[in-house]
Amino acid sequence: MSAAVEITGVDKTFDTRSGAVQALTGIDLTVEAGEFVSLIGPSGCGKSTLMRLIADLDEPTAGTVEVFGKGARQARLDQEYGIAFQSAGLLPWRTVAANVALPLELHGVASAARSTRVAELLDMVGLSDFADRYPDQLSGGMQQRVAIARALAEQPRLLLMDEPFGALDEMTREKMQSDLVRISAETGAAVVFVTHSIPEAVFLSDRVVVMSPRPGRIQEIVPMRLGAEAARAARTEELREERAFFDMVTAVREALHQGSPVGTAPRGLENR
Amino acid sequence: MTEVGAREANAVTDAAAVVAPGDAGARAAPPRRPGAGRGGRAGRGFAAWIWGLVGILTIALIWEGYKLLGPADGVVVGDLRIMPRTTDLAMPHVWQMLGRLFEPVTRADDALPLWAAVALAALTTLGIAAAGWLVGVVVGIGLALVMQRWRIAEWGLLPWIVLSQTVPLIAFAPIVKSWGSRVEIGAFEWQDWMSVALIASYLAFFPIAIGALKGLQSPDRIHTELMETYAAGYWQTLVKLRFPAAVPYLLPALRLGAANAVIGAVVAEVSTGLQGGIGRILIQFAGQASGDPAKAWGPIFGAIVLGLVAAGSVALLGVILSNYRRNEEHA
Ligand SMILES: Nc1ncnc2c1ncn2[C@@H]1O[C@H](COP(=O)(O)OP(=O)(O)OP(=O)(O)O)[C@@H](O)[C@H]1O
Ligand SMILES: [Mg+2]
Repeated sequence: MSAAVEITGVDKTFDTRSGAVQALTGIDLTVEAGEFVSLIGPSGCGKSTLMRLIADLDEPTAGTVEVFGKGARQARLDQEYGIAFQSAGLLPWRTVAANVALPLELHGVASAARSTRVAELLDMVGLSDFADRYPDQLSGGMQQRVAIARALAEQPRLLLMDEPFGALDEMTREKMQSDLVRISAETGAAVVFVTHSIPEAVFLSDRVVVMSPRPGRIQEIVPMRLGAEAARAARTEELREERAFFDMVTAVREALHQGSPVGTAPRGLENR
Repeated sequence: MTEVGAREANAVTDAAAVVAPGDAGARAAPPRRPGAGRGGRAGRGFAAWIWGLVGILTIALIWEGYKLLGPADGVVVGDLRIMPRTTDLAMPHVWQMLGRLFEPVTRADDALPLWAAVALAALTTLGIAAAGWLVGVVVGIGLALVMQRWRIAEWGLLPWIVLSQTVPLIAFAPIVKSWGSRVEIGAFEWQDWMSVALIASYLAFFPIAIGALKGLQSPDRIHTELMETYAAGYWQTLVKLRFPAAVPYLLPALRLGAANAVIGAVVAEVSTGLQGGIGRILIQFAGQASGDPAKAWGPIFGAIVLGLVAAGSVALLGVILSNYRRNEEHA
């Protein structure tokens, strides 16, 4: 079986009025089917750009992006992935149920099958009682859960998430993280998850990809201690308290600081 | 005529308001009504009626107050009369004008009461204006679709659309009429009322085209990209995203278009001399004002009510579509 995402030698340059911006250089990354991979790094290091390349919302300047063995474009047309952005991006005129049903509707799923699936999904994200509400009647966290349900609607084998919990408070965030671990274990989908939070990346991921800016590249890939399946099962609330958890947080933090000339790294050296 | 002129000026400022949401940096806040509770909405509707009534009473009071206290010859500065005469001829009493509505139009035995004659004429005009409005809606939304789809069409068309409104088509109304009278395609024959409807549509399409364009362009990038990730085509995106998102922009544009269609129809009736509509009796009764000053005000009230009815019917559309005027960010 082919990997969920296979990125080889990818560069991305944006042509702007003030000259070319090198957003990504020499990116090589493989995400196995069912694997949870987080992208972390300082602002502007190209995390969102990388995700947009996988989603075929942008095209690489050089290199190839393959999703389940197909080109990114074909994968998008075949609906191989589900996506959730930083803001929920729900359609305000649709009820919660109708928002989740949108992709199914667009792809011609019959109405009966649609409502069964929507009920299932809302149950999964714990919003069954809110099916008939409108997005403006939900809290930010609830909206985000609707967006996740929508991303899962067509049982994608790959889930792309760009800082989906960025706007949430710490409590809601931890709850959503646990939910996401459960959901991704239930569905067996591979996840590419962009975040700014080291603990979040550590808690959720099988591997954490640490990126560094100017030009955006992969600094280091930090494997989280346990193998994928075992890790998912073990990723309960207790993990947050464990010593191993803090060790992994430290590992990621060190990898991050290697890439940017803060702390102990001598200034100027890294920039050349 | 001044009445119409003033409302036209009003319409122009409103047209500017339709254009504003996208430009004025208010991208995140299109003219949507936050999802208020039903009780609050009903309460506000009730308050609106009260304030409307208060407004009408205030105008009546000012009218009578000025008539009572103002000099009979009006206020004249140099050669300019800046305030009207207060004679019964120039400014009949409010109750005279209202009372006149319930008296027969003429002294003939079978004459209708004035209000009925005005209402009949207003209905005729409303029908013509509605036809013009519909044409305006089709043309306006059609143009907006073309401009939204092709950037180059927007560059090419938009300046002409704006320019079109500077042409005083009303001045050409007689020409439109005479051109129309030469149109004859098979069994189809151009009727005079169609010229009037055409002029109405010419005034109606403009705010609709501008509002629809803003609305169709209004979806955020996150939403258009979401549709892209669903591999949705142009039509699917149009139906599921662009049209629903355009509703908050379209409703005021349609209302403005309706008001414009009424103005266009009334003025075109006057200038083409079409029989049966309110424009015609407006002129006719004004001619009889020296003998029956209150009568001339009947059609004027009729025209005002006509505009309100036209705008009100579109407002009704807004109630039906209220779910499309929700605002996600409200949470
Ligand atoms: N459409 C674009 N046009 C020009 N430059 C762009 C474009 N999109 C991204 N960039 C540039 O590419 C670089 C990477 O941007 P990107 O959004 O991927 O960063 P990021 O890692 O997601 O940052 P953040 O953590 O703040 O979201 C930045 O320097 C940005 O200015
Ligand atoms: Mg980003």
